[in-house]
Amino acid sequence: MQFFFEVLIGGLLSGVMYSLVALGFVLIYKASGVFNFAQGAMVFFAALTFVGITELGVPFGFALILAFGAMILLAIATERVVLRQLVNQPQITLFMATIGLTFFVEGLAQGMWGASVRGLEIPGIQDEPLEWMMEATGIGVSKFDLFAAGVSAILVVVLAIFFNKTRVGRALRAVADDHQAALAIGIPLQDIWRIVWAVAGLVALVAGVMWGARNGVQFALTFVALKALPVLIIGGFTSIPGAIVGGLIIGASEKLGEIYIPPFVQSTFGIETSLGGIEGWFPYVMALLFLLVRPEGLFGEKHIDRV
Amino acid sequence: MKMKKSALIGFAIAAALGASAVQAADQYIGLPSYRVGPYAAGGTGIFGGMIDYFQLVNERDGGVNGVKLTWDECETEYNNARGVECYERMKKGGPTGNTVFHPLSTGITYSVIDKATADKIPVISLGYGRTDASDGRVFPYVFPLLTNYWSQNTAKIKFIGSKEGGMDKLKGKKIVNIYHDSAYGKETIPVLDAQAKMYGFTVKHVPVAHPGNEQQSQWLQVRQEKPDWVILRGWGVMNPTALKAAAKIGFPREKIVGVWWSGAEEDTIPAGAAAKGYISAGFNVAGTNYPVIKDIQKFVVAKGKTNMEDKSRIGSVYYNRGVVHGIITVEAIRKAQEKYGKGKSITGEQMRWGIENLKIDNAMLKKLGAEGFMPELKMSCLDHEGSGKVKFQQWDGKQWKVITDWIDADQKLVRGMIEESAAKYAKEKGITPRDCSKES
Repeated sequence: MQFFFEVLIGGLLSGVMYSLVALGFVLIYKASGVFNFAQGAMVFFAALTFVGITELGVPFGFALILAFGAMILLAIATERVVLRQLVNQPQITLFMATIGLTFFVEGLAQGMWGASVRGLEIPGIQDEPLEWMMEATGIGVSKFDLFAAGVSAILVVVLAIFFNKTRVGRALRAVADDHQAALAIGIPLQDIWRIVWAVAGLVALVAGVMWGARNGVQFALTFVALKALPVLIIGGFTSIPGAIVGGLIIGASEKLGEIYIPPFVQSTFGIETSLGGIEGWFPYVMALLFLLVRPEGLFGEKHIDRV
Repeated sequence: MKMKKSALIGFAIAAALGASAVQAADQYIGLPSYRVGPYAAGGTGIFGGMIDYFQLVNERDGGVNGVKLTWDECETEYNNARGVECYERMKKGGPTGNTVFHPLSTGITYSVIDKATADKIPVISLGYGRTDASDGRVFPYVFPLLTNYWSQNTAKIKFIGSKEGGMDKLKGKKIVNIYHDSAYGKETIPVLDAQAKMYGFTVKHVPVAHPGNEQQSQWLQVRQEKPDWVILRGWGVMNPTALKAAAKIGFPREKIVGVWWSGAEEDTIPAGAAAKGYISAGFNVAGTNYPVIKDIQKFVVAKGKTNMEDKSRIGSVYYNRGVVHGIITVEAIRKAQEKYGKGKSITGEQMRWGIENLKIDNAMLKKLGAEGFMPELKMSCLDHEGSGKVKFQQWDGKQWKVITDWIDADQKLVRGMIEESAAKYAKEKGITPRDCSKES
């Protein structure tokens, strides 16, 4: 039972890391109705820029600010060059544009900072188990994972306040509902898009630093976006708390699935070959099941069209 | 008018002759490199080292017997389809076509085997690719040189045995094989199982889904299994993630032995302190303290002609592996020239003969400035691997330190498996194996 709880807790904390990436998708979708395929590339760009700046001798905190500045510039450039030209175009057009943006951002990041793999350490935070918990329960819970969970919680609270309690947040939601109507009542669409892409850039930076500290800053950071997709399907594309809950569900279920499903299948069907490695596809099966039962996700807005 | 026409024809003939005279002194090598994408760190290091060595031969020696080496790069992004496209694009390059193809990807190697065999262009898959291609009777144009995955795996078990105090001490031991869940990762499962049976240890295979940036459940299984050793068969982000996850559960890193694709600075530096003590296999060593690297610094780097954007990577594991690729390519060209004419460009078919008859012993390695840098090599029609020797290195927190001499593979076991697998392939494809006794 102790092993079960260790897997469960580890899974939940891994799920929080997925949520960090999913939050960036939610922000842009919520504010513009666009599924930003480039979010993974933004995570990579942000982390690589941050590490590149620290390699120049800039202190950690100041490098974070400068990297955020780079994300703001990227947001402004995206709005000017891509989004502004596509106002009132179908959603699929905007989606395709973000696919193009993905390859551009990946190439830009490597062009600016090189393709070398870099290490990243967050000062004072070690990826090692809490000793007292290990001694008391035998369960290893990583200090780094707890730190990541804390950062995610803070981000969620700040973003929820931003969206629900501020004037800009309400404007963001209005733009998402109808570009033309928002323009008609005087909401500056271009400013709103710049803001939301910059905030998504901030979320990408936080996610990039966390994932980079865990696995190193390298191209594979773009792949973490793949795990955010099932999180979004389960949590709902428009819900910030949904991204967190979705992440927790995916994290816990994929870890428990990886440990317990292969031996179950092997013993039930008498298969001798080694199974496992199901973490890659298991979250998508979960997401598919959710789509069949609740297409809008747990916290998503139910879309009703008047006929 | 007539005179003008004759002059033009004469000029055209002279230009063509002149061009061919220039081209005849070239030896073209088409390089399917990858400098962007998920595996760019390996691509930039290995192709960078290889190109720097070619540059060294041109700058220091004036080419191979006066034949200048030329090359083109084609970006594959480690993608099979692009690799095939690059192969096609470059196969007719230079005066005699592409001399040799270095896919630097197991997937691309598999994709071009049939084409390269038909086009008579040798494929060198140095330390990767199709293991059973070591049987040159069935795969005349494919060369998994130096050491294949099965050989290195048997050397790894020998190393573990030596650490335990002898191969007989392996009985009752437990090894967990953490592998990338792909064809590459699964490649050594049969040989590990065979060795487990042979030496009486148990082995548990634990797959990690691509790309391997999440391994919590796998390492919790390791914690539950309490193995004596862990074999790490990773690639890319899977490696530092594994080392960090091992540290998290408190598994000693000096009991983890990785394959050479898990044994570069790019695998350990991102893991930080968690990598200290970790051991990996290698068919080349890291470091700049070798005459060949010093020559590259003198004749290439100092002249601003290095291919490396980040010069601090010169002497790294990947860079030096690229230099090994360069040495073998150049020496095979030199060997082929011995038979087909010194100072002449050779064809792919002639290059195949050069590789197949290549012998690099310690005296030659010393002459090349690469003694201890790479293992000795003796190729033949039958044996397209040519060595099978492996060294082991340990990460001390800052750099790789070599901790063993060259360790031989268990060729008795491996060669039998290779011939069995190659024969099966030949039957499937309707290939009649060459009779090596008739090859000169």
